[in-house]
Amino acid sequence: MIDGFLALYIFMLAAFTGKEIIGRVPVILHTPLMSGSNFVHGIVLVGAMIALAHAESPLAIAIGFIGVVLGAGNAAGGYVVTERMLEMFKSSKDKK
Amino acid sequence: MDTQTLLVYFAKASYLLAAALFILGIKRMSSPVTARAGIKWAGIGMGLATLATFAITGVHNVGWIVGGIALGVIPTWLWGKKVAMTDMPQMVALFNGMGGGSAAAIGAGELLKFSQPGAPVPPLATLALAVVGALIGSISMTGSIIAWAKLDGRMDKVFRFGGQQALNFIVFAAAVLAGLALVAWKLDANLVIVFFALALAFGVLMTLPIGGADMPVVISLYNAFTGLAVAFEGYAMGIEALIVAGMVVGAAGTFLTQLMAKAMNRPISNVLFSNFGGGGSGEAIAGAQKPIEAADAASLLYMAEKVIIVPGYGMAVAQAQHKIWELSQALIKAGKDVRFAIHPVAGRMPGHMNVLLAEAGVPYDLIADMDDINPEFKTCDVAIVIGANDVVNPAAKTDKSSPIYGMPILDVVDSKQTIVIKRGKGTGFAGIENALFYADNTRMLYADGKEAANQLIAELKAVEGGGSH
Repeated sequence: MIDGFLALYIFMLAAFTGKEIIGRVPVILHTPLMSGSNFVHGIVLVGAMIALAHAESPLAIAIGFIGVVLGAGNAAGGYVVTERMLEMFKSSKDKK
Repeated sequence: MDTQTLLVYFAKASYLLAAALFILGIKRMSSPVTARAGIKWAGIGMGLATLATFAITGVHNVGWIVGGIALGVIPTWLWGKKVAMTDMPQMVALFNGMGGGSAAAIGAGELLKFSQPGAPVPPLATLALAVVGALIGSISMTGSIIAWAKLDGRMDKVFRFGGQQALNFIVFAAAVLAGLALVAWKLDANLVIVFFALALAFGVLMTLPIGGADMPVVISLYNAFTGLAVAFEGYAMGIEALIVAGMVVGAAGTFLTQLMAKAMNRPISNVLFSNFGGGGSGEAIAGAQKPIEAADAASLLYMAEKVIIVPGYGMAVAQAQHKIWELSQALIKAGKDVRFAIHPVAGRMPGHMNVLLAEAGVPYDLIADMDDINPEFKTCDVAIVIGANDVVNPAAKTDKSSPIYGMPILDVVDSKQTIVIKRGKGTGFAGIENALFYADNTRMLYADGKEAANQLIAELKAVEGGGSH
């Protein structure tokens, strides 16, 4: 278990980090960046996997299973879509 | 140290590395030079964290876990691979909704566990954040699904009725009250069901009255919501990687939402709680629109030195971006200085137009942001506006009675000549007349975007061939 105040510090520092790292994003990258951050919260899959691993009752297994399916969909779909969008960002020098 | 403890340490170390890769990946995704590497870094982090989790979970329910991952990954991967570039925004909405649903499911599982008879009483913070995460995740899931349906053209109507705001508020308040009751009063299974029903319903109700044009801001907001939900459920489950990744996305998503709303000159509160187009329709415009034939337009282009192309979503709808790039290449070959001017909200989302142009093969160094290109219009010989309307309407600067007054626009009106490619004489999304179309140095080429580009390419060749047309 994470101590209350320590958790608050983690929340706060992560929030500042999130704002700072995209601080100077050019408009052309807004949509890919939204898609990329959408992929990153696909990490929810890990939480769903652990929840399902600890599930005992049929209901808990069903809920955990739904969580894993949705989380995996978020991660996989988010990755493919973002990668396809970013594949387009080549400068005229990259192309022959 | 026994093997089990070692495995947990291994997994936790992998999560730490994954969190670092996520942050570095997002950082890289915010620059066009490193963006393509950024998603790969984040992807490696995700793969690492997922694999390492098997070290913690052991063999219990492992079949369900592997099956669930396969069922989640395979269809979304295949769908994401083949979906058209123009449909990307709604795919982001859909995948985001899945993440919100997953966070809500984790919350539901936690609440179910806590509400078992004889279960130990959870610490207040754990219970409270599990409930808040479930609430936000549920809203994000159903809200994103509605956003997807609207953008995908499966739900065209904007649902508005009297007392809608009041109903939405009541449902939201009831969901919050049910959540409070779960935390402070009684962890009852029936109450959990009521709580989720209210939260899911609110996501639908909140999104129904919002029009398609505002969806980008809403999707970005739900993206931030899902991030927060993941962070809170991460706290409830004691997984630091979820807290860090979720919170980083929550903050970055909120900031991005603000940037988008600012680019559209629409405060977020307006997007969520008011209807667009409530204001007047602006001043009437004297004069007439002056049509031009493709042959004459090609001559104008032939004599120009500097050409700026202003694409709007209408160009993407007409699937004209490839033809427009072909036209641009012909102009570049003839020695013209050609650039693309992109309004922050051109397309359906900020940056969407850049993706569409990039897909057509336009190198990103020919594409200029509004602030960079605006001073250039004064020295521009011919500006070609294709499928854009409100974002080039000078009323945003001059007419205080116009509903779009104050919105940043592209200063196409400063260009020496302007050719507007447009299907007909109709008004844009905001339903207002555009003085640019009536200006003395503006000519209207009435045609479908793709057809017009084709004609211009052919006529340009004819002009270059010595005008033997």
